[in-house]
Amino acid sequence: MDKKLLMRGSQVIGETAIRAGCRFYAGYPITPQNELPEFMSGAMADLEDGTFIQAESELAAINMVLGASMAGARAMTSSSSPGISLKQEGISFLAASELPAVIVNTMRGGPGLGNIAPSQGDYFQATRGGGHGDYRTIVLAPAHGQELADLTEKAFEYADRYRTPVMILADGMMGQMMEPVVLPDPINLAELPPKPWVLDGADGRPGRLIKSLILNTMEMEEHNWKLARKYEIISREIAAAETYMTEDARFVVIAYGTAARIAKGGIKRAREMGLKVGLLRPVTLYPFPERVIREMSRSVKDFLVFEMNTGQMLDDVKLSLEGRSTVHFYGRPGGVVSTPDEIAKVISSLYYRQHLEED
Amino acid sequence: MEKVVFKRPKYMKKAPFHYCPGCGHSIIHRLMAEVIEELGIGEKTIGVPPAGCAVLAYDYFDIDMGEAPHGRGAALATGVKRILPDRIVFSYQGDGDIAAIGTAETIHAANRGENITVIFVNNSCYGMTGGQMAPTTLLGQNSTTTPGGRDKDRDGAPIDLSEMLAITRGAVYIERTAVNSIKNIRKTKKAITKAFKVQMAGLGFSLIEILSPCPTNWKMSPVDACKWIDEDVMQTFPLKVIKDETG
Amino acid sequence: MTTKTKKGRIVIDSKLCKGCYFCMSVCPNELIVISTESNEKGYYPARFTETKDEKDRKCTGCAMCAVICPDIAIEVYRG
Repeated sequence: MDKKLLMRGSQVIGETAIRAGCRFYAGYPITPQNELPEFMSGAMADLEDGTFIQAESELAAINMVLGASMAGARAMTSSSSPGISLKQEGISFLAASELPAVIVNTMRGGPGLGNIAPSQGDYFQATRGGGHGDYRTIVLAPAHGQELADLTEKAFEYADRYRTPVMILADGMMGQMMEPVVLPDPINLAELPPKPWVLDGADGRPGRLIKSLILNTMEMEEHNWKLARKYEIISREIAAAETYMTEDARFVVIAYGTAARIAKGGIKRAREMGLKVGLLRPVTLYPFPERVIREMSRSVKDFLVFEMNTGQMLDDVKLSLEGRSTVHFYGRPGGVVSTPDEIAKVISSLYYRQHLEED
Repeated sequence: MEKVVFKRPKYMKKAPFHYCPGCGHSIIHRLMAEVIEELGIGEKTIGVPPAGCAVLAYDYFDIDMGEAPHGRGAALATGVKRILPDRIVFSYQGDGDIAAIGTAETIHAANRGENITVIFVNNSCYGMTGGQMAPTTLLGQNSTTTPGGRDKDRDGAPIDLSEMLAITRGAVYIERTAVNSIKNIRKTKKAITKAFKVQMAGLGFSLIEILSPCPTNWKMSPVDACKWIDEDVMQTFPLKVIKDETG
Repeated sequence: MTTKTKKGRIVIDSKLCKGCYFCMSVCPNELIVISTESNEKGYYPARFTETKDEKDRKCTGCAMCAVICPDIAIEVYRG
């Protein structure tokens, strides 16, 4: 089925989740992502085996997901920045107990209550685990409608494959925008690999246990290393980035999500002016596609990190480059959405300042 | 011919309990294991232990167990039960867990009428962390955070969580019992049996609050702790069926 | 007509006993005492005073000691 549909971003996430086998959703209202739980309430009601719960709190929602995941369901919750902070307890428990779940963060301006405009202020929180303890969360950063579908499908797959929480890091702009998308075919739940760890009653087998309390320090250390080894595997297997016009580029913009989309427009304009500019867009923020960036530093000596915050992914870019190239930064926090023209201006001023026009 | 008339129940592993001498938790564990065995539901019961002394309950029950973050037992149990409605799901929680940090989760699970059973162990203190004031600490009771005893003006009064839950529309069966005497232990077992039966019949939310001795933190001998439940704790938390809408 | 009263017997697992003495407090015939020797954990476990072959055994196997034992340290036999 590759019929193109015109759909709102939040609906794309919801419909794809259902097609990817999500049968449990719990969430709490918060702007700018309410269209997603609203969609899920209807979609789950249409399914014989679907459950939607409007939870009393973000904490309750993530813990319901924790329970549904223990019971073997593909489960999801969603929220926006302040709500995601509240969910961190449960996300840490999911990571510790090695349970799959998908969490959608439709980022808004912050800190605190901030505002409800699109922002990328939660990069650190998302990519560094977010909750307490030594863990990471897989973070996927869609930039357009089709990718909302593709990455939502992947999110469920990765969550099950690695038994770990996966976050889809979107923003209000993506959630609201209507775009043509091709949705994946619905999966057959019965064909998914069995989960031999699920709690479904000890029928004909000894009782199973899912927990995160490990009082013995040596065992806890081993568990920490086990998780770390898993993150290494994840880093090797799924790190992804898109490159755009980078073949002959002397200057590369690094941006993700909505910022990358705006940057692309800026790059097109800069190209029209004859500047050799390209875009590198991390699609996975954790694992960060550091190898692609490092390799690019052989030919590119100037990078511009553009984020809708005051500089968070900037750290990861610098860590990836290990001082090999110059890193510039342009940020618009607070929910301000730049224009492609604005980015083109930033690009060209840096381009000329660095004398990149000279061969 | 001699017969065994009392032995370890089937779903209780032969592991020594880590609880302090005279602690009520393990009596309650055993009663639950007996009920699970008698009702023949051991192979379809999923338990949710809390944070607190009873977190290690999973070391003792020989059934499926999934640990909840502090206070979130009812929410987690909700998730399990909604996915597996034909299984029996219980959450086991202490007073701090259920009546302080997890109040919201508990009230709303009850109000939605989640078809789960909650075992609420009230020992009027935070046991594992060393005897701090719990929401259920009695007025005048000493704790490590209420010097001179709990004072209503300074610390607030004990909370009647079970009574609060009873006014939710989804709660079907709520009873307060104790495990400080043979008679009360037998009544507690009956109450747990009834709560599980409520769930098996799909009637809705059931909760048994159990007054339980914590001799270590009360700084009493185990036998005195049981007496103190009779003489003092029951003045604040009287034993009774608080709500019964089983018809 | 003589009514034959059934005899009972308990076995206390002294390794599991933590010396709360709930059993002593409920035994109607006061057949449980505190042991003079401590167990591995350092508790002085409860000790049942009757032996199997004893005449005129008083234990009825009422099981109250086992019902209140927090450590499932008591098994009860009757008959």
